[in-house]
This record gives sequence, structure tokens and C-alpha cells, in this order.
Amino acid sequence: MIADFGFGVLVVSFLVTLYSVFAAIYGEVKKSAAMVESARRAMLLTWPLLTLTAGTLIYLLVNNHYEVQFVYEVTSRSMPTYLKVTAWWGGQAGSLLFWSWLMSAFASLVTLRNWDRDREFLPWVIVVACVTMAFFIGMNVFFENPFAQLYQTFDGINPFTFQPADSILFTPQDGRGLNPLLRHPGMVIHPPMLYLGFVSFVIPYAFAMAALITGRTDDRWIRITRRWTLWAWLFLTFGLVLGGRWAYDVLGWGGYWGWDPVEIAAFMPWLTGTAFLHSVMIQEKRGMMKHWNMLLIILTYDLVIFGTFLTRSGVLSSVHAFAQSAIGPLFFAFIGLTLITSVALIIYRWAALKSETEMTSMLSREALFLLNNLLFMSILVVCFWGVIYPLISELFTGEKVTVGPPFYERATGPLWAALLLLMGIAPLSAWGHSTVKTLGRAIWKPTVGAIAITVAIYMFYTRDIYAIIGFFLVALVLLVTFYEYWRGAYARQRSQGENIFVAFWNLTGRNRRRYGGYIIHISIMLMAIGILGIELFQTETQGTVAAGDSIDISGYTITYREVASWDDTPKGVNYTRAVVDVYENGIYLGELHPRKDYYFDSQQNMTIPGNRSTMKDDLYVLLIDWQPISADGATLKIYVNPLVNWLWMGSLLFMIGIVIAAWPDKDPEHVTVRADRQLKQANAAD
Amino acid sequence: MKKILSSILFVLILAGASASLVFAQDTFPTDDDVNKIAKQLYCPVCESTPLDVCPTEACRQWREVIRTMLTEGKSEAEIKQHFATQYGIRVLNVPPNPWLTYFIPGVVILIGAVMLFRGFQLWKKPLVAESVSDKDEAEQVQQDEYLAKMEAELKRRK
Amino acid sequence: MTEEYTPQRHGVPLWAQIIVWVFLVALLVIVAMGLRRAQQGTVQPGQKIDNFTLTLFSGYEYEGKTEVTMEELRGKIVVINFWASWCKPCEQEAAELQQAWEIYGPTGEVAFIGADYVDTEPEARVYLKKFGITFPNGPDLATNISQYFRIKGVPETYFIDREGILQYVQVGPFTSLGQFQSIIDPLINQ
Repeated sequence: MIADFGFGVLVVSFLVTLYSVFAAIYGEVKKSAAMVESARRAMLLTWPLLTLTAGTLIYLLVNNHYEVQFVYEVTSRSMPTYLKVTAWWGGQAGSLLFWSWLMSAFASLVTLRNWDRDREFLPWVIVVACVTMAFFIGMNVFFENPFAQLYQTFDGINPFTFQPADSILFTPQDGRGLNPLLRHPGMVIHPPMLYLGFVSFVIPYAFAMAALITGRTDDRWIRITRRWTLWAWLFLTFGLVLGGRWAYDVLGWGGYWGWDPVEIAAFMPWLTGTAFLHSVMIQEKRGMMKHWNMLLIILTYDLVIFGTFLTRSGVLSSVHAFAQSAIGPLFFAFIGLTLITSVALIIYRWAALKSETEMTSMLSREALFLLNNLLFMSILVVCFWGVIYPLISELFTGEKVTVGPPFYERATGPLWAALLLLMGIAPLSAWGHSTVKTLGRAIWKPTVGAIAITVAIYMFYTRDIYAIIGFFLVALVLLVTFYEYWRGAYARQRSQGENIFVAFWNLTGRNRRRYGGYIIHISIMLMAIGILGIELFQTETQGTVAAGDSIDISGYTITYREVASWDDTPKGVNYTRAVVDVYENGIYLGELHPRKDYYFDSQQNMTIPGNRSTMKDDLYVLLIDWQPISADGATLKIYVNPLVNWLWMGSLLFMIGIVIAAWPDKDPEHVTVRADRQLKQANAAD
Repeated sequence: MKKILSSILFVLILAGASASLVFAQDTFPTDDDVNKIAKQLYCPVCESTPLDVCPTEACRQWREVIRTMLTEGKSEAEIKQHFATQYGIRVLNVPPNPWLTYFIPGVVILIGAVMLFRGFQLWKKPLVAESVSDKDEAEQVQQDEYLAKMEAELKRRK
Repeated sequence: MTEEYTPQRHGVPLWAQIIVWVFLVALLVIVAMGLRRAQQGTVQPGQKIDNFTLTLFSGYEYEGKTEVTMEELRGKIVVINFWASWCKPCEQEAAELQQAWEIYGPTGEVAFIGADYVDTEPEARVYLKKFGITFPNGPDLATNISQYFRIKGVPETYFIDREGILQYVQVGPFTSLGQFQSIIDPLINQ
């Protein structure tokens, strides 16, 4: 009954969304402000409706309603309540609903802003947001109903939306339970973060479409959505990092990124999103790249939808892929619709997107930003090809191939290095004009510093050529960024007479975008240090040892002491826990407890590492069962991951950086940048 | 005499046995040797799971195959080829023909770079034209000044 | 300092539009094909089965040869069974399959072949010995045959009539010898 109620509210949400689309179009075409307002109110209504739907589903999940198929598939009695709630996004049907719920929340937020100066955008933003929502809710209503219930008929037990004739409701005793890999705190935040990122990119896209449709092709749409873009980028980055951390913690593969097709599907919009973030600055400062920015946001949105489609349709094989379902065709229709409409619109309005100035120097900041875009797009091309090629190969030659990490690493390595180099040069270059001389003057000191650091690394730590190049570039970017930061604070200190720390603080506060950006760059360098460390210097070893024996690796000695196994029946888990002692160069460091958890309901194992984390490295010990585990012998697999915690620490700083960059300014939105562009150029060029 | 001979024999046998033991230990593939190759292969059955971390029974058997082949002295390339023949090239972590995989993205990126640099040139041209005309104007002005001076001089001389 | 200059207002040139649309359509077509393939089930009854070759394990032979081709089996009822030693449900039907072979093999009208899916030879031999399997068996090299049949897992058994047309697909193990016979008898009597 409750499930039927939930389905009913879902259907009402679907109808309201559809109404909103048609009312907005009708209101715009017939110039009826009342209809547009009605559409806006309908869109506002979707959020309470979807919240009610979601609330119903969560109620069913928490209260063990196993006659509902979705509840049966993703929960079980032994799961703690918080996991039952988060199981909402643990399966296809629920996660589609979660997408829709987020979409309605963001669309509502956008409609609540002050539309006085942008009335002509409103109907089209509503249309784009609601068409997207209608598709996702439609997939729930017609193909993947989270409220379908299990009925026993002549043919067996199957899920149905409406009770079939001659059937009775079937209520299993217990659910199948969530895949143990998903029963981790990371599960609580990783999918929501990713979806937040995906969904928030719909808003800038909606405004871009509105700009194209109305012909209002100045950069009003960019100004309005600048902060949305930043927050979207924040969520997406955080979602990707969290996914990496979660994989690192529970998969037991010793890594954080596998170049799996579904990971790449979420990574591609991040690439275009980052390119977009930089390229809109060119439009704001110099009035250029209007075509390109349109293209980028369209590409980002389409990659988001495409990525979501690839994950869920069964077209690609991946560890992440959801079980196959019938939503494929509808999703495909949606992709076709959005791709064709966006491309047609931008071609139609191409001439209207004229540039206002031309480029004067190949070393100006806008030129370097364009190079940045080229590099990001190149990485995108590599990733896209890596994902599509197996599909093409299988369809046209019948031969299945796998494109794995070596391809991506070799192809994108040089591109990432070039990006690092750019990050070191661009902050020193000025908008509008820069020459080799001005750049050279600015960069020689940090370069010398970077060379010095690299020589030290070469002498004391490593001769590996990739590490040398990588650390040189990281050092260069760090020094350049710190230098720029320091110059600004020093100038401020001299002119305002503040002490240096106050100067730093005020400088950042006054120019949040620029200095937030620098903090973000610094944090990315920290992450790069972590990535270089683990990718280039990871060591691993594996061996079967009896109790009392040791394994040596990279200066550590790991001694297997004992193992114990016990059941936790309420949780439905059997734990096998080993105790190992860790020594470094003879000094006792402590003990670690790698575990193997066996979940009875899903009959699956989880390998939980015993991990010792320091800024220098991670000592990562796994208990694996190549041989049966006992006191006579256990197989231990040990990774030493140098510098990996710089990656996680860097991502925290990254978050702070974005918050600073996105923090609302006291200045109102319509401060014209063009008026004081000349002033800024003069300032920047010194 | 017999005792000495049998002791020597005993020692020789012992030496031989321990030597073969040492020899076997040197060549017996460790888990690390197996993993080094398994890392480059994917489980033929599970989705996108590298062979060194795959937990299933079947994967265990495949890793033992690697170990057996290593004991027989097979090289890494031979082992990978064996897996490709048995299970298809999809178990390799890169397609065996690198040409197509790297060629297409390479071409596309090259086209992008060419488009970008042509764009740079296009955007710069008008300014270059202007600066040329500036130069012409300046020259023109200079010439006018010179002429005026000449005229003035000539007038004075008259 | 910088003078404004108005570039020509022109739309997208035709050649660029053509390239963009061709690329877009090609992408959509590829994705659609991929989607269709993902949604396809196994090969269905009514389809003519192309020729394929199965190389047999040493110790097994078919008419003196170490490989079997589909073509040379034309005129007989062909039963292809996909299995693996690591597949627990396969063991449920292994004994019945061997029994069925002992019944139908001698008639000369039916050919049984076993295709070992993604397996290792030592373990496969242990499996075959355990159930005393005597009909021709071999590894499905490079999974070519299972990819052709688009099997979704093991065990699966395909029944092909004398003209080479697929007649029946059994997904999962047979429940009993009787079930097997109920499928194959009508085919023989056609």
C-alpha cells in the first residue's frame, strides 16, 4: 500500500514536470507571463513531491519491506540503519530517483533567485531542467520502478508495478543485502558527491541553451552561472577523489584509480569542466572564446548524460556497471535528443557569438589558457577513444579488446606534464600581452629554485627520469604560485602598511577568485606529489608465511603473529583477522590488523587492509587467501605506497581553495569588468 | 676405508641434494613473479578485474598456470601469448596492435593543435596589419616633416 | 590602445557542418549498435549456425581427427554443451550428459561436443575424468565459439538440427536425463 502511494506520488511528479515543460514553452511562444510563472511554480512543486517519493522509499528501505523488489535487492536485516538509508542509491532504480531529486532541488534553487534582469532566460532554463528531470523520472516510472512489488504468479515470482491477475503478494523473509563493497562510509558520500557534480552542471548548460535560444549571446549567462560551475566542479572533483579513496580502502587492490571505463565516464566531464572554468575567464576578461565556451558547456553536459548512460546500459563492461536493464533505449533517445538539439542550436547561433577583441600575443594569459584547453581536450580525446575503441572493435571486427592502464598512462603522461608546465607559466603572464622578456624576468627565479630542488632530489632520492621531470615541474609550479602570492602580499604590505600575515589574509579576501585559484593550484601540486610517489615508486610483495615468520619490503619487516576467526551473527559477517607486527630498520612501529570479512547473505568477501599512514608513505598489508588462511600459513600481500597521503591531504586543501574562490563577493554581479580591464592589464603587466 | 668412502658419498649426496634445493629455490617462481605477469592480464571471466587481485577460484587456477609456465622457463611474452590464444586478446591489458590505439587520438590531437595555432594567426593578423599601417603613417609623417624642413630651408636660401 | 575590429559575421561553413553532423551520427549509430548488442540474448532458435572448429583435448578425437568442425557434422543432430571446471552448476548435469551420450551416441545420428569455456587444462581433465566424459571435448580457444553463440554463462547447451539450424537453447543445467530426452527425441524424429 505504501509502495503504491510512493509510485503514485512519483507519477504525479512526472506529470507536473511535463506540465512545466509545456507551460514554459507555451508561455514563451504566446508571450504569456502568467503561463511562464505557472511553469515556474510547477517546477518548484517537483521538489516537495520528489522528497515525498524519496521519503516513502526510505521508509520502505528502513522498515524491511521485502515485498518491494528494490528493498529486497539492496537491503537485508543485518544491515545497520544508516546503510539502509544510503541503500537508496545502492541500486539502479533508487539512484535514478536520487538523480531526479537532486535535479529538482537545484532547479528550484535556481528559480528562487532574482530573475528581474533575465526574464527571457527563465522559460528556457525551466524547459531544459524539466526535460532532463522528465527523462529521469520517466525512466523510473516506465522502466525501473523502485516501488515495484514481488508477486507470485503461475510463472514464478516477478516484480510488477500493478498487481497481475491471479497473483498474490510475495514477501521474502530477508533481503539480498547490499554488495559488501558498498557497505562502507565512502558509500555514504561518493555517489551523492558525484551526482551533485553531474546534476549541478545541468544549470550552466540550461542557461547556455537559454542564451542560444533567445539570442542573448553576451556573457550574461556565464556571469549568472559562474558560481554554479565552481560548485559543480567542487562536487565532481570531490566525488572522484572520494571514489579513489574508497577503492583504496576496501578493494584491496593497493590503488585508487584503475582506468575502468566507468571511472573514465565520470572523469571526462571533469576534464571539460576544468577547461570550461579556465576558458570562461577569457570571455569575461577579453570578450573572446564565446563559441568555445558554449561548446565546452554543451560537451560537459552531454558527457555527463553519456557517462550516466554508459554506466547503466550494459554497453560497456566494468566493475562498476549496474546490472543491465531496460532503460537503455530511453536513455539513448535522451542522448540523441540533447546532442542533436545542442549542436543544432550552436550552429544556428554561431554568427551571433562574435568576439570582441583579438589576441595580441602568443604568450598572453588568454593564449596560455587556450593551450590549457587544448591539453585538457587532448586528454579527453585519449580517454574517449580508450572507452569507445573496444566497442568499435567488437562491433566491426568481432574481436573483443581491452584498453587498460598502460595506454592511458603512456598517452596522457606527456599531456599532464605539459599542463604542469603551463600551470607554472600562466600565473606570470598578463591578460592581453606578454613577451618572452617579461615572462623570462618573472620566471627565472622560481626556475632556478626548482632546478635546485630537483638536483637535490636527484642526488639523494632517485634517478628515475619521470620522477625528475615530474618533481621539477611540481616544484616550478609551487614556487611560481608562492612567488605570485608573496609578491601580492608584499605589495599590499608596503602600500597598506599591514603586517605580512594580515596582508595575505586581506589579499585573499579581496581577490578571492585569483587567490582561491592559486590555493587550488597549490593543492593540485600536493596531489601531484602523492600521485607521482605512488605511481612511480610503489613496491609490492606477496608471500605465504607461517606464524612467526617475516616478510621484508622497502626497509620494513612485517612479522605474522597470529590469526583469529569469528562470526558476528547480527551483522551477518564472519571475520578473519590477522595480527602482524611492523618493524622499520629494527625499530618496532606497532601492529596492523588486516582482515577478511565474509558476508553470509551475499556470499561475498571483503579484504580490508591494515594500513599505516604517514606523510612519507603508506604501509598497506592485506590478508589474502591464495592459500587457506591459518596459523600455519597465511598469504600476505604488502604494498608500500610512498607519498600517497599527499594526495588525500591535497584534496582537502583543494576543497578549501574552491570554497574561497566561490565565496560570494560583496560586489554585485553586474560590476562591469570591461571598464576597468585596462586598469587590470596595467596592473597585471608589471 | 669403507667408512671414509661412505661418508664422502654421504656428503656428496647431501651436497648434491642441497645444491638442487638451492637451485630449485632460485628458480621456483615466487608470488611476486606471478603477480608481475598477472598484473598485466585481466580475469577472463570477471568484469574488468586484473588477474593479480581477482579473488575467484578460477583466477587462482589461472595464476597457478602462470606459475607452472614460469617454472618451465617460459618468458613473459610467451605466457601472455598463451593467455591470449586460450582466452582471447581481451585478457591483455592493451590491444596487441598498438598502431590503431595510439594513431587515432594522435591524429585528432594534432588536428586540434593545428586548428589552435591557425586560430592564433588569424586573431593576430589584423593587429600586425595595423602596426604596419602605423609604421607607414609614421614614416609618412616623418617624410612630411622632412619635406617641410626642406621647403623652409629652401625658402631661406632663396 | 587596442582598437576594436569587427570580424566578419558568418555562420559555420558547410564543410564544417557536414563533418560535425557525420561525426555525431556515426557516434550515435555506434552507441545504438552497442546497446542492441548488450540487449541481445543468446543466439535464438531458427538461426543457421555458421561453421566453426573446435580443437579437442589430447586423448579425445572425432573420427580419427583432433578437431571437429560444424560442417562435417551436417546431417546429424548436434548437441553443443558449454561448461567449465570452476562452474558448480555444470557438475549437476555432467553425469546426465554422459548418460545421454551413451544412449544417443551409438545411434550415429547425434553428435555431442563439449566446449570448455575459459578454463585451465589440468583442472578440465580432472573434471572430465571425474564424470567419465567420453564425448569429444576441447577448449574454446579465444572464446570464439562462445562469443559466436553469445552465451551468457555456463552451463548452456545448444541443440542444432540436421540442416544446421538452431532448434533449442538450454540455459543452465538440465534437471534430469528425462528433460534432456524430451528435447532431443523430437529433433531426431523430425
